[in-house]
Amino acid sequence: MQSDLFPDSDAPQPDDSSRRSFMKQAGGILGLALAPPLVAQAERLTAYSKTIEGATEVTLRVNGQARTLRIEPRVTLLDALREYLDLTGTKKGCDHGQCGACTVHVDGRRINSCLTLAVMQQGKEITTIEGLAQGEQLHPMQEAFIKHDGFQCGYCTPGQIMSGVACVKEGHAGTDAQAREWMSGNLCRCGAYANILAAVREVAQRG
Amino acid sequence: MNNFSYTQATTAKEATRQRKDEPTAAYIAGGTTLLDLMKANLEEHAQLIDINLLPFKGVEQTKDGLRIGAMERMNDVGEHALVRELFPAVSESLLLAASPQLRNMASIGGNILQRTRCGYFRDAAFPCNKRVPGSGCPALQGDNHNLAILGTSEACIATAYPGDLAVALTAFDAVLTLENPKGKQRRVPVTEFYLLPGTTPQRETVLEPGELIVAVTLPLTAHARRSTYLKVRERASYAYALASAAVGLDVQSGTIRAARVALGGVGTRPWRSPEAEKVLTGAPATEATFRAAAAAALQGAQPREHNRYKVELAQNTLVRALQQVAG
Ligand SMILES: Cc1cc2nc3c(=O)[nH]c(=O)nc-3n(C[C@H](O)[C@H](O)[C@H](O)COP(=O)(O)OP(=O)(O)OC[C@H]3O[C@@H](n4cnc5c(N)ncnc54)[C@H](O)[C@@H]3O)c2cc1C
Ligand code: SF4
Ligand code: FES
Ligand code: FES
Repeated sequence: MQSDLFPDSDAPQPDDSSRRSFMKQAGGILGLALAPPLVAQAERLTAYSKTIEGATEVTLRVNGQARTLRIEPRVTLLDALREYLDLTGTKKGCDHGQCGACTVHVDGRRINSCLTLAVMQQGKEITTIEGLAQGEQLHPMQEAFIKHDGFQCGYCTPGQIMSGVACVKEGHAGTDAQAREWMSGNLCRCGAYANILAAVREVAQRG
Repeated sequence: MNNFSYTQATTAKEATRQRKDEPTAAYIAGGTTLLDLMKANLEEHAQLIDINLLPFKGVEQTKDGLRIGAMERMNDVGEHALVRELFPAVSESLLLAASPQLRNMASIGGNILQRTRCGYFRDAAFPCNKRVPGSGCPALQGDNHNLAILGTSEACIATAYPGDLAVALTAFDAVLTLENPKGKQRRVPVTEFYLLPGTTPQRETVLEPGELIVAVTLPLTAHARRSTYLKVRERASYAYALASAAVGLDVQSGTIRAARVALGGVGTRPWRSPEAEKVLTGAPATEATFRAAAAAALQGAQPREHNRYKVELAQNTLVRALQQVAG
């Protein structure tokens, strides 16, 4: 279907039933994303009933900002980021969990955004490649990729960098062999592996 | 992917009730198997019931052994200190699987219920007895290089469970706790959970419609402490096993007191080998013994055109794994 790729074009308009279901849960999931962060997430979620049908307004926290978008439940987190929030830094390679181009962080953990639904990530802290730099100040991993020439075409790079940041934070970049194994979820068709490894290892060694 | 409604369940009761009301609904945990299949239009569900908030959590010692909640994630369980210490093979089977990102998403329950990587199953343009019962099995004469050589039938030769964890669970006598929509729990040994294809390859497990996997419990033993999982694949990482072995030995003064052997990548289900265990038990821990055990494990193999290599590969994998734990 077009609608999960091109939200503004032929997206089906909500009929009455989906409007009702939107209203029914608007105070639920919509409200909970704005609920005070002191309340534990599970508690917030249990407090409401939560069935979503058809295009529905949901709120995601992306790179520190609450973003509201109108999506069907079948929209993956990857498509929500790229097609609805215009955050096209996160790439779609295989769309089946096989390449790592779509890697983002959710609550600090790296995941493949192509194999999760956006509606499942409400109330969580999502970080994409766009959220890594502090203003003009690049993240050390971004700088290391530039210094070591860790890319050729650059398509896999956002995923490599997001994975690299997590890999170092997890403590899985202690040796070349360990870093290779824990970076194996990110494929590079250009074969820039040696330089990617050098970048990840340098950031790990700097501590 | 077809359109569906989405519901978040917070209790098992809520999840199973939703599922009863909508028979074509499916539970979603990590989503890494389910969404993969739905995107390829191999599965269609009118509703997805998110079970991530169910309290099937924790890794803890109980009187029956180490209990692992079905909603725990593969990476967390693989890196858990108790799992590493008491069940090295289980830890290794988890950390050698998929990729770090997938392991952060994927749950233990979902892992146990992952589907085959048979190329014909995964391409709706082809007939496949598992996907469309009675339509035929193109793999018998076609590309079967990654399919099974043990437990096959004329209807299906797929490694129905292509992954790793359940191979280790099969070796170490894990027991699954299941809960049905009436709220009733039952316990099923993993060795009885997966079914052989026979004439009904569409039935892969004894899980009833709507039944949830709650937890996995592993009994504590000396042979499980001294165990390993060896995985052989086409590339060094991020690939399914061509052959794998989960083995555990209790060796005392050079003699094997107890042995557990299960193979992955070669059986239509995770393949426990009582034949190999019989050869090993009471025998000296030597290469000759290991070779004899490997021969016994593959005795009944029925290879086809493109997977003949697996007979020798599986034997060598098993021998190497046994050598590793024998030290
Ligand atoms: C590229 C790729 C490579 C992979 N490589 C490997 C590998 O090398 N080794 C390996 O072992 N695995 C591998 N996998 C498979 C992966 O481990 C599984 O996809 C994952 O474990 C499934 O868990 P999940 O939580 O994402 O399940 P989901 O996709 O959420 O669910 C899978 C199925 O189980 C059902 N289900 C889930 N939880 C429960 C429960 N508690 N009770 C009842 N039903 C439930 C769902 O309804 C669904 O039918 C790979 C997957 C991909 C995409
Ligand atoms: S081997 Fe099994 S899964 Fe593969 S095509 Fe044949 S019936 Fe289908
Ligand atoms: S696009 Fe998600 S892993 Fe390839
Ligand atoms: S730089 Fe081209 S795919 Fe990695």
